[in-house]
Amino acid sequence: MAFIPHTEADVAAMLATIGVRRIEDLFEEIPASLRASSLAGVPEQLNEMQVGRLMSERAAVDGTPLSFIGAGAYEHHIPAAVWAITTRGEFYSAYTPYQAEASQGTLQTIYEFQTMIARLTGMEVANASMYDGGSATAEAALMAVRANRKSKSARILVPTTLHPHYRRVAVAMACNQGLEFEELPYCTVEGVTLPASLARYDGEDVTALIIQQPNFFGRLEDVDALTDWAHAHGILVIAVVNPTSLALLKPPGEWGSEGADIAVGEGQPLGVPLSSGGPYFGFMATRMEYVRQMPGRIVGRTLDVAGQEGFTLTLQAREQHIRRAKATSNICTNQGLLMTAATIYMSLMGPQGLARTAAASHARSRELTAMLTRLPGVRLAFNGPHFHEAVLLLDRATEPVLEALAARGIIGGLDLAPYYPELGPALLVCATETKTAADLERYRAALSDAMQTARAA
Amino acid sequence: MPRREKLIFEYSQPGRGASDQWPQDVGSAPLADLPAKLRRGTAPALPEVGELEAVRHFTRLSQLNFSIDTHFYPLGSCTMKYNPKACNQYAMLPQFLARHPLAPESHGQGFLACMYELQEMLKEVTGMQGVALSPMAGAHGEFAGVAMIRAYHRARGDLKRNEIIVPEAAHGTNPATATMCGCVVREIPVNPSGDVDLAALKAAVGPNTAGIMLTNPSTLGVFERGIEAVARVVHEAGGLLYYDGANLNAILGKVRPGDMGFDVMHMNLHKTFSTPHGGGGPGAGAVGVGARLMPFLPVPIVGRDGERYRWLTESDLPQSIGRLSAFMGNAGVLLRAYIYMRLLGRDGMRAVGEYATLNANYLLKRLKDVGFEAAYPERRASHEFIVTIKRQARELNVTAMDFAKRLLDLGFHAPTTYFPLLVPECLLIEPTETESKEVLDAFVAAMSQIQREAEQEPERVRTAPHTMPVRRLDDVRAARHLDLTWTPTTQP
Repeated sequence: MAFIPHTEADVAAMLATIGVRRIEDLFEEIPASLRASSLAGVPEQLNEMQVGRLMSERAAVDGTPLSFIGAGAYEHHIPAAVWAITTRGEFYSAYTPYQAEASQGTLQTIYEFQTMIARLTGMEVANASMYDGGSATAEAALMAVRANRKSKSARILVPTTLHPHYRRVAVAMACNQGLEFEELPYCTVEGVTLPASLARYDGEDVTALIIQQPNFFGRLEDVDALTDWAHAHGILVIAVVNPTSLALLKPPGEWGSEGADIAVGEGQPLGVPLSSGGPYFGFMATRMEYVRQMPGRIVGRTLDVAGQEGFTLTLQAREQHIRRAKATSNICTNQGLLMTAATIYMSLMGPQGLARTAAASHARSRELTAMLTRLPGVRLAFNGPHFHEAVLLLDRATEPVLEALAARGIIGGLDLAPYYPELGPALLVCATETKTAADLERYRAALSDAMQTARAA
Repeated sequence: MPRREKLIFEYSQPGRGASDQWPQDVGSAPLADLPAKLRRGTAPALPEVGELEAVRHFTRLSQLNFSIDTHFYPLGSCTMKYNPKACNQYAMLPQFLARHPLAPESHGQGFLACMYELQEMLKEVTGMQGVALSPMAGAHGEFAGVAMIRAYHRARGDLKRNEIIVPEAAHGTNPATATMCGCVVREIPVNPSGDVDLAALKAAVGPNTAGIMLTNPSTLGVFERGIEAVARVVHEAGGLLYYDGANLNAILGKVRPGDMGFDVMHMNLHKTFSTPHGGGGPGAGAVGVGARLMPFLPVPIVGRDGERYRWLTESDLPQSIGRLSAFMGNAGVLLRAYIYMRLLGRDGMRAVGEYATLNANYLLKRLKDVGFEAAYPERRASHEFIVTIKRQARELNVTAMDFAKRLLDLGFHAPTTYFPLLVPECLLIEPTETESKEVLDAFVAAMSQIQREAEQEPERVRTAPHTMPVRRLDDVRAARHLDLTWTPTTQP
């Protein structure tokens, strides 16, 4: 039971060695008034076969609908090798690599990951991962306050085109340290943050500007103009980017004349299954000059006493186990296993495979929006280029339409009403390389029916 | 162990690739609509390797690791117990993996049922009134907990309470978390037998006290015997008690944090509930609260209306401290914890604390019998204990680090070294309940061998490890000559 290997003879021998009669005697230091509870609320144990059956039944309830939601979590093909290797016990059941000599596999993987993320983002250094894209954005804001020594305000400009959940996470994680997040409105015609709209902050003390590319609507922001404006005013730029898109889009390190200062994002598209929202991983990269302000674990290459190359955790003086109350963050455990999966994924995809994945996703998304906007009552919300995701406006309430689609096994997109009520009935839809022409047609036909039914009602 | 493995970049050849994995149909002129100034000029220099090369490379890298599946891993305070294979297999059923986090509740009743039942089971084993599952690691859960304490005081208009009391033996995350929550840290001492110094605590509490963060059993590997008095002192001063769940494995099924007087806690599901450590995550740091803090729990939480499960969000909990992850935390990890709890059931849960404690006390007694010095010899070990190597360091010039490194040569992962900070030359040893008596005996034999070597050929121990892929690494050089990303010309 409970994966405990002891025989009765073992227990007897061990108790005799310790010099007590019963296991219960080992708890004698716990006040009796506090001891023992029946755990009546925990069910009786199931054996592995029974648990397998239970979980299969639960999984079957959820089914595998045809999904057209993106909104920060994207369905991409994951090569079989990624998780076949990631779940090897040597990766899966190892701890944080504190004992470097016994953890070279994990450490070298992190070093390779840091290199790949730096190359993908065009930045100089990257860390070993954060929890997810939302918390990485929050940590980037906190880091910007440490890094921007000229600014005293801890004021962060946040476009409302940044993922609404990221905005909430940033507030929840950083408000206790006095950061102020000031939301920037978007242009309702173009669905982007207009550089001209920032002029009202000229001359004010602002610490950092967050720019998401592509933004939450899938629209491409004018990252060069936004970055140059920020730098002209002593404001650091935090880029929030989709890693798949970086195979094709200008990396943060090349934004404007100087590049972004911190790049973060959700790593999930790099070989991590959707899995109801996690575990995913956040990535974070920056300029070398800010590396000591970066939170999280960092691996460096060094030499051993025999002069051989090896890898070790470095710059640990930033971290909680050394600096305690003065640490850059309390983060310690991060998302090592997902980082491993992503490193294998990026190795298998390479520059060509990732570019093809990005291009195919973009192509499917364009085909989908072209098909859907030919239906009466469906149009694109915003003018201008999108990347693999777009907002559709409907001429009727979205909820019954989505329900009708769901009844046919199609998840038709994210209803934006709770996030952007000013848009009216609006859906954020995404198609990736995983969708076939038949899938797109199935969605089009179902939406056509659902719209007609909704109209009749 | 194998020696060294080249970097993946050193296998790369232009034009090579695992092309069977790539999408074929990229459409015609797929990028025509993307303005040139927003596009990338040169492709990112990711490796270009075939699938077999990648598979061999990462398989070889995995073989450079110690892990629970390959080695005894008695890392104190980390609870490196066996991670049952069933937990992984059933959490990775295709429907669970494919489910989008924003998919409608109608396409998530199976997953949500698991999460709801997990919340209920965790409430039962901790004695808490409410549980939220979204924090993604222990430190993230700590953050949620202290943020809730702050929100509670603020909601009562008690704005000056910003001090968090932390015993000096606490995990480094405790003070770091308090700082992240905008609090001031006050450290208090523990007395020579390892309990919180009550007089110091009484002197520290006052009208500015927001709360105290405690691990129990403490990081010294002993149960905090004065916990009821500690709770009384802190509560009477108007503060709240935070339970750091790092050491929950010791008391699972024996005593519950809620019954000890704690108001809020996090659980390291990757310790007590056996989800994998993954080489540094993903963890899961679910939080539990008593009635007073229920309104402040982070969202989302899974609720139940009749037979339907649904997400509770900001509109259901308007006083919530908010959202700590973009979606639902480390959902797949939570599924693994759920499966583990169902596999163990009520009786298995109770056995965990018992056998973890049995193994620790047995190992401590055997190590004492062969001459090692316990840091708290008069105390009963909890699920872990501290051995101090200070005598060997003084007499033989062989340190705790030397013992740790030599253990690697002998096929054991090292215990936690030099933590907690207040015990000199310490090894914090946690065997967990899933190790057999034979393994514990072999560990004792290895420690005895190292002791003999320290006496007879100390250089062998001081220069260990000798059989690992690398020898001791130059950490100072690593920090001074930062080599954090590879370029074809970088030299360490």
